[in-house]
Amino acid sequence: SRKQLVPPSVDLPRFLFRLCFQLSPTSPEPASLPAEDISTNSNGPKQEILLDDDQEDLFAEATEEVSLDSPEREPILSDGPSPAITPVTPTVIITPRVDASMFDRSPDEDEEAEENGDTFDLQIMVSDPEKTSLNLFNRNEFTVKRRFSDFLGLHSKLASKYLHIGYIVPPAPEKSIVGMTKVKVGKEDLSSAEFVEKRRSALERYLMRTVNHPALLKDPDVIQFLESTELPRAVSTQALSGAGILRMVNKAAEAVNKMTIKMNESDAWFEEKQQQFENLDVQLRKLHASVESLVCHRKELSVNTASFAKSAAMLGNSEDHTALSRALSQLAEVEEKIDQLHQEQAYADFYLFSELLGDYVRLITAVKGVFDHRMKTWSKWQDAQVMLQRKREAEAKLQYANKPDKLQQAKEEIKEWEAKVQQGERDFEQISKNIRREVGRFEKQRVKDFKVVIIKYLESLVHTQQQLIKYWEAFLPEAKAIA
Amino acid sequence: MRSVSVDLNNDSSLLIDIPDALCERDKVKFTVHTKTTLNSFQKPEFSVPRQHEDFIWLHDTLVETEEYAGLIIPPAPPKPDFEGPREKMHKLGEGESTMTKEEYAKMKQELEAEYLAVFKKTVQVHEIFLQRLSSHPVFSKDRNFQIFLEYDQDLSVRRKNAKEFFGGFFKNMVKSADEVLISGIKDVDEFFEQEKTFLLDYFSKIKDATAKAEKMTRSHKNVADDYIHISATVILHTGVPRKVEGRVASDQELKLTELLRYYMRDIQAAKDLLYRRARALADYENSNKALDKARLKSKDIPQAEENQRQCLQKFDKLSESGKQELTSFKGRRVVAFRKNLIEMAELEIKHAKVRIKSAVCSEHNLFTHN
Repeated sequence: SRKQLVPPSVDLPRFLFRLCFQLSPTSPEPASLPAEDISTNSNGPKQEILLDDDQEDLFAEATEEVSLDSPEREPILSDGPSPAITPVTPTVIITPRVDASMFDRSPDEDEEAEENGDTFDLQIMVSDPEKTSLNLFNRNEFTVKRRFSDFLGLHSKLASKYLHIGYIVPPAPEKSIVGMTKVKVGKEDLSSAEFVEKRRSALERYLMRTVNHPALLKDPDVIQFLESTELPRAVSTQALSGAGILRMVNKAAEAVNKMTIKMNESDAWFEEKQQQFENLDVQLRKLHASVESLVCHRKELSVNTASFAKSAAMLGNSEDHTALSRALSQLAEVEEKIDQLHQEQAYADFYLFSELLGDYVRLITAVKGVFDHRMKTWSKWQDAQVMLQRKREAEAKLQYANKPDKLQQAKEEIKEWEAKVQQGERDFEQISKNIRREVGRFEKQRVKDFKVVIIKYLESLVHTQQQLIKYWEAFLPEAKAIA
Repeated sequence: MRSVSVDLNNDSSLLIDIPDALCERDKVKFTVHTKTTLNSFQKPEFSVPRQHEDFIWLHDTLVETEEYAGLIIPPAPPKPDFEGPREKMHKLGEGESTMTKEEYAKMKQELEAEYLAVFKKTVQVHEIFLQRLSSHPVFSKDRNFQIFLEYDQDLSVRRKNAKEFFGGFFKNMVKSADEVLISGIKDVDEFFEQEKTFLLDYFSKIKDATAKAEKMTRSHKNVADDYIHISATVILHTGVPRKVEGRVASDQELKLTELLRYYMRDIQAAKDLLYRRARALADYENSNKALDKARLKSKDIPQAEENQRQCLQKFDKLSESGKQELTSFKGRRVVAFRKNLIEMAELEIKHAKVRIKSAVCSEHNLFTHN
């Protein structure tokens, strides 16, 4: 029987982010900043502090702008003045790190047709080395229980809030963890330890990505998810599944295509990037398929090695030359140990490589979705311009019609649409800016993630080879002893 | 590279090797090169082209020769089989459009290496067959063996005639052989009884081990191929683990699987010897019965006596040479296993060290890259 293997710890690189902000714990309008309307129609907890949205390294691309912005809960964009470039003098820089590691699932008493592998304990540790009075959390170390559907619920909320303004929201794990390619890596036993482990690992990675996103960490839904003891039950898990969200994103993309938007791309950067992501998507899917094939073949190799080991042992028993018989038995033992190595290597292949690739294939879908949202935003802006033009034309006509009421109404409509056009332009600029920043962050992260994983993989490879050498060097004298 | 057998070509009076071979579509043409000091040959050094079927002809004639009934006939070399790599090459051609140029080139390179390995293997196995004959005191003097080595015309004409003559007898032999051996009659001679038990059991075990080793090697190859695909598309360069992985699969094949495969056939040849001896024993027993019958009827007694005497003589001769052959066979087998197991272990260690080196090198590159 195969021993239970502990997966290598997948630590995503902790993204140290800096929050630059003004200390003003209670007053809603810090005096030293230009007046910025915190939108009064936002629901939820009142934001007591203005949080700077620029999370990129200060030494990042020169095109980054420092701006004040606050993400909103509702899908509509706020009607504030367009963000100005405002130099903020940071008074405190904190570098909070959120560690979230998850234990085994705890069986939930009130199952209610929830799947197995559904509830998880989250242990969260917040470290705040530089001692600030900013408390994102009430405590520094705490544990909460969460269901799988809670994660999906969190993601759907974040997606509805941030995707359309250009933030790359990390996708939630799939409900059914089947490989994204046709190669099945073993049967899907929903109650099996392997399935639960896959899911646990996927949720951990998802959560880490989410909290590593500087804007998302501050989101009240995220904080509530991490902190509160009881979460309201998620509404409908079907619609909230990772696949469901992706479908939503894809539908948006399809809608965009159907509109046959011919966007005058004034910014070559976006065109380039979009193409890059298309290529990357193809590459990653292909690579993912290859790695899944590797995992599969390595499992086969393990089975065949074990089988051969048994056969060699039988042969050794049958052999009548004593020394040769012993050597053959030793060979059988070596092959058995090698089988174990193969299993461990398959595990590493899977958890380090395959899962990362799967994550990134889904992430890229989210990225593409964000680009599509930008097109939609542009289109909305254009439509507003067209509308404005019509209203102006209508007004012009009414000038000579001597209908003062209608004329007044027309003038008002013009004002309304002028504002919409302005807003549309602002939204477009905002989403473009957000995407630039997000893509920059994403690419840095991608390089980091892959580098970390590949290095870990190489290390596990080295370890395996060293073990192999040990085994064969132990076997050699036995072979030489055959006389 | 002698991978499976030893103690061959020790006697320099007759040295044989296959220095090169040509592969034309399905057919392989071996160049059999002989160097000899024996007078029985016309020239001291010469080469002839031979096909696989010529080797089979030679093997069959040896099997059919009554005189050699008490000897282990070296197993016939298996037919050259390029089906595996050829199919893969075909698939590769079909899938060319789905791969990058680099990936395709690497896969092609790997396949060519595989093809070459199969080629080397088949040359080796044909060579060993001849060398076993040349190093055997009796076989080296065989007339047909000499013809095989020397005859500078196409052998296929001679082959056809021989086949027609020998075909039936051999088949009948094989059919009844199993019944005779496995009939469970305990042999009076302790040595042969033990040998029978051992060989029957060992054969089934080594057959199983060979099959499992082949499966394992195939899996190993699949993993190596996956590595090729992966390394060709991976975003960050990971170095060269896959090349080593691929080569290991073919080296391991040469050592372990070939060893098992060869001795499986050799043990079958040893079993055949036992069959023939058992057959001779049966003949002898029949001749006894016939003699008793003749004595009873008082008819044809001298013929029956002569027949019985001949059968006994044949059986004794078979037993004596059989004992010798089986004993030296055991020694040969042990030595060959030892040699191959040592070489295999050394290769595994060597390759593991190379893989470590390249992995560490890749890691280093990654670190310095950023």
